[in-house]
Amino acid sequence: MARAELMDFDEALELFEPVIGLEVHVELNTRTKMFSAAPNPANSEFHGAEPNTLVAPVDLGLPGSLPVVNGEAVRNSISLGLALGCGIAESCRFARKNYFYPDLAKNYQISQYDEPIAFEGSVEVELENGRVFQVPIERAHMEEDAGKLTHVGGSTGRIHGAEYSLVDYNRAGVPLVEIVTRPIFGGEADAPALARAYVSTIRDIVISLGISEARMERGNLRCDANVSLRPRAAAGEPAEPLGTRTETKNVNSFRSIERAVRHEIQRQAAILAKGGTITQETRHWHEDTGTTSPGRPKSDADDYRYFPEPDLLPVVPSRELVEELRAALPEPPAARRRRLKTEWGFTDLEFLDVLNGGLLVEVAETVAAGASPAAARKWWTGELTRLANARDTDAASLVTPAEVAELAALVEAGTLTDRLARQVLEGVAAGEGSPKQVVDARRLAVVSDDGALVAAIDEALASQPDVLAKIRDGKVQAAGAVIGAVMKAMQGKADAARVRELVLERAAGADAGA
Amino acid sequence: MSEINAEQVAHLANLARIALTEEEIEHLTAELRQIMQAVEKVSEVATPDVPPTSHPIPMQNVFRDDVVGDVLTVEQALSGAPESDGSRFVVSAILGEEQ
Amino acid sequence: MSEHLVRLTAAELGERLASGDVSSVEATRAHLDRIAAVDGAVHAFLHVDGERALETAAAVDRRRTAGESLGPLAGVPIAIKDVLVTEGMPSTAGSRILEGWVPPYDATPVRKVREAGMIPLGKTNMDEFAMGSSTEHSAYGPTYNPWDLERIPGGSGGGSAASVAAFEAPLALGSDTGGSIRQPAHVTGTVGVKPTYGAVSRYGSIALASSLDQVGPVTRTVLDAALLQDVIAGHDPLDSTSIPEAWPSMAEAVRRADVAGLRIGVVKQLDSDGFQAGVRSRFHEALELLERNGAEIVEVSAPHFEYSIAAYYLILPAEASSNLAKFDSVRFGLRVTPEGGGTVEQVMGATREAGFGPEVKRRIILGTYALSAGYYDAYYGSAQKVRTLVQRDFDAAFAKVDVLATPTAPTTAFKLGEKLDDPLAMYLNDVATIPANLAGVPGISVPVGLAPEDGLPVGIQFLAPAREDARLYNVGAALERLLVEQWGGPLLDRAPDLSSHEMAAAEEGVV
Repeated sequence: MARAELMDFDEALELFEPVIGLEVHVELNTRTKMFSAAPNPANSEFHGAEPNTLVAPVDLGLPGSLPVVNGEAVRNSISLGLALGCGIAESCRFARKNYFYPDLAKNYQISQYDEPIAFEGSVEVELENGRVFQVPIERAHMEEDAGKLTHVGGSTGRIHGAEYSLVDYNRAGVPLVEIVTRPIFGGEADAPALARAYVSTIRDIVISLGISEARMERGNLRCDANVSLRPRAAAGEPAEPLGTRTETKNVNSFRSIERAVRHEIQRQAAILAKGGTITQETRHWHEDTGTTSPGRPKSDADDYRYFPEPDLLPVVPSRELVEELRAALPEPPAARRRRLKTEWGFTDLEFLDVLNGGLLVEVAETVAAGASPAAARKWWTGELTRLANARDTDAASLVTPAEVAELAALVEAGTLTDRLARQVLEGVAAGEGSPKQVVDARRLAVVSDDGALVAAIDEALASQPDVLAKIRDGKVQAAGAVIGAVMKAMQGKADAARVRELVLERAAGADAGA
Repeated sequence: MSEINAEQVAHLANLARIALTEEEIEHLTAELRQIMQAVEKVSEVATPDVPPTSHPIPMQNVFRDDVVGDVLTVEQALSGAPESDGSRFVVSAILGEEQ
Repeated sequence: MSEHLVRLTAAELGERLASGDVSSVEATRAHLDRIAAVDGAVHAFLHVDGERALETAAAVDRRRTAGESLGPLAGVPIAIKDVLVTEGMPSTAGSRILEGWVPPYDATPVRKVREAGMIPLGKTNMDEFAMGSSTEHSAYGPTYNPWDLERIPGGSGGGSAASVAAFEAPLALGSDTGGSIRQPAHVTGTVGVKPTYGAVSRYGSIALASSLDQVGPVTRTVLDAALLQDVIAGHDPLDSTSIPEAWPSMAEAVRRADVAGLRIGVVKQLDSDGFQAGVRSRFHEALELLERNGAEIVEVSAPHFEYSIAAYYLILPAEASSNLAKFDSVRFGLRVTPEGGGTVEQVMGATREAGFGPEVKRRIILGTYALSAGYYDAYYGSAQKVRTLVQRDFDAAFAKVDVLATPTAPTTAFKLGEKLDDPLAMYLNDVATIPANLAGVPGISVPVGLAPEDGLPVGIQFLAPAREDARLYNVGAALERLLVEQWGGPLLDRAPDLSSHEMAAAEEGVV
């Protein structure tokens, strides 16, 4: 596949206005599936089950089987709709979306078509640079997830070149809410960051509602990004019509959402600038190369033949239920952010650092687990973000807030230095266990035995008589060389401040003893 | 209304994933024309003021509690499969998705 | 002894079993013997599980001997339409695409008959996926009408009706989407009931058209149908469209049957020249008999019934095209790989091409068309509106009368092959039965005699408002009692002796 030609981002922005639209699929964490009583693998308790062990007849589309709606999933969907500022339908229905694909057990997906449960909302999203956007929500509807395909025999594990595929239907029927925005205008150069911040905000919302595990690396939250460009109208001229859009699928981390939108803007700009046309199509995001590749072109083959699902009845939420769920809504993310910023005492910059990393929830949970806000921020936005970037993933997928709090406590207690703590984090991220387990296994604790330190100091002083002389002359800063040597000898597992104290003490002692 | 043609029938067969023969397509085109002519009668009375009925017995809000129930064993799940690897269903390669 | 046992009604057999006069093993063996003797000629069964039936019967006998209190049909054998999934027994819906498929679960009505201590004998033949009115569309060959082996037994449930008419089973389970229980009853001189939509769970009934399908009893008497409906009806949390309210006893309605003061509406539009003369004459004689016994006969109009077939042949194919998409060679059933291999799409296409018969393909393509972009409103949407109009016709009629009466089907049993090449003519068979499915109301077909011109059975259909199934049992039982009295015995006593037909058929190579 030839690498697509890209236009410089700033140049692209000069010529075109980017318009984005985002579709976010949220897997609900109910105990059972949307339409069957089989355990839901998007609930942590059942995650990672062996293939085809979480299936009831309807999840396999067995002849004669029938769906029954999970009432809890409906309530969760209504709560989510309300949190998105949406209206809740007085009556809505499920519909069948018909298409053949081997991961779709019935070869139709039960979804909602012209009657979604929630519609017309708005979500406040704040960017790194402080810009605040109201992202318009078109609808949020209920549907079911498909099974999982594993392609075997190809060199990359992708579809192309595979000899055969394996199907696991555990995920078939997992309750989904699909949230669809209206086209978002005015993002301009911030469009990629806006896309990222929007998904991050949705994640905050579903976590605060407690309705999804929201782990992107597990696919609990998935984003499809629609991007189109329209030429800038000359001054005084009417706006140009919207350009043809592409839909980039498989964008499964905050970082890649931003990268994918940016990439698509640059790619489309390069084509349009040369007088080419954009094909309306689905494109696949490749995390490894940071590029998109074309999938199926949209065509009349996408005739989904929607019709009302005859096996299910209308959902008519009572106004009492809607008001009850509205009253139980958690603090809206924007208000919550303002409150946390004050409580934590962060500067604007510090707080935005957390927000833009999509780390608000992580920091909050780390603070709740006992860490100081400063420590929680430092670890999440610093070392963990660096580790995550190096691995092309999100920090939240590496460690849990409880582990970070545990680490912060070890640092606080003097058991770890920052440098040691970084090594511990790496161990935790590598799956070596909790911070304490990693400290033990890697023997990373600070040496607090003065005897061992004194021995090392005496040796260092003895080998550097000139330094000793300088210290005796009152040139205390010369102690640095000795401290360095001692830290090296202790493999970093010593508290530098204590070493300094002891060096000065021993230097004086050596003098007295001479 | 519209007169259905062989090209359309071939397209429908593709949507329905049935590899019809040319002969079947030809035969079906003629039959469908006849049948559609008969069933188009519905439009005579289906005026805008008439609401559609999708469920013969009107009911609503039929929900299940979120309580885990029985699942099939892997053996049961795979028992009817034309091909499996002991834990998953096996299908031949999927093409036409990526190029 | 054996011959005598198979001629008992289910109710009679149930009583004999309860009294200890007969064991379930004896009754089951008698029916298995009868199947062995005549099913070569009738071909009502696709699968017979004699061994398991006898084991089940022995277990019921043991429970009875142990003093356990059992239901009225405990120990009575039953035939099951192959559209219902049965754990441990192949379930094909008459299709090649499901050949040999053994489901890992039981349909709810099957579970209920097992729990009632009934003995499943096997699975009965049907038009493929219940698409047809003659059972000629079965992938496994047609079923023959016990009254005349050259004629169709009706469809789609020809196997269930023929098994009961041929005394191979005292009763059977059927399913009715547009008449598949009632029309076979009409042409085989048996009783068939389509309960109110939602009365019997559809869980485990291989779906044809989800908003039309309903499982119901196929029997030789109205009482037997009532006893069976009492067993299979009731709320099922596995079927969202299942009616939650409790049902009164249908058997009780039969026992109290009385038509005095009952207002019976005759649907003007279904009492026309389009019906065979002998069908109409027997229908009117039955109405006169009811009138003489206190019923009031009123003519009613249902102006939209004439649009029913058109609406039905849009709604059914549309829903079926989606319901039948699951047959794709991945999780169950047939897989056909094109020569030299192929992608999964090609395998699916080849499998469905080879696994579905012509009628199924016809309706899938038709349904795909009716739902496709740009046509939905004109076809499926309009058909759903006709549904509303048909319901309104029923509402208006039932404001005036307690039940409606029509001939069940336009003609008596036609010859095999007669309508096979003319789908539209075949579809017209359902003209009188379809409105009930569109509106969800219950219907029953009860034999009213033989048509003078061809000596073949004719049925009358009664229809009642939704949830008023008991009214059908009342009027059906009353009429049956009067007719049997008049005839001096059940209509089926006049059916030909099959053992000679079997010989003839065997000689002609039909078997």
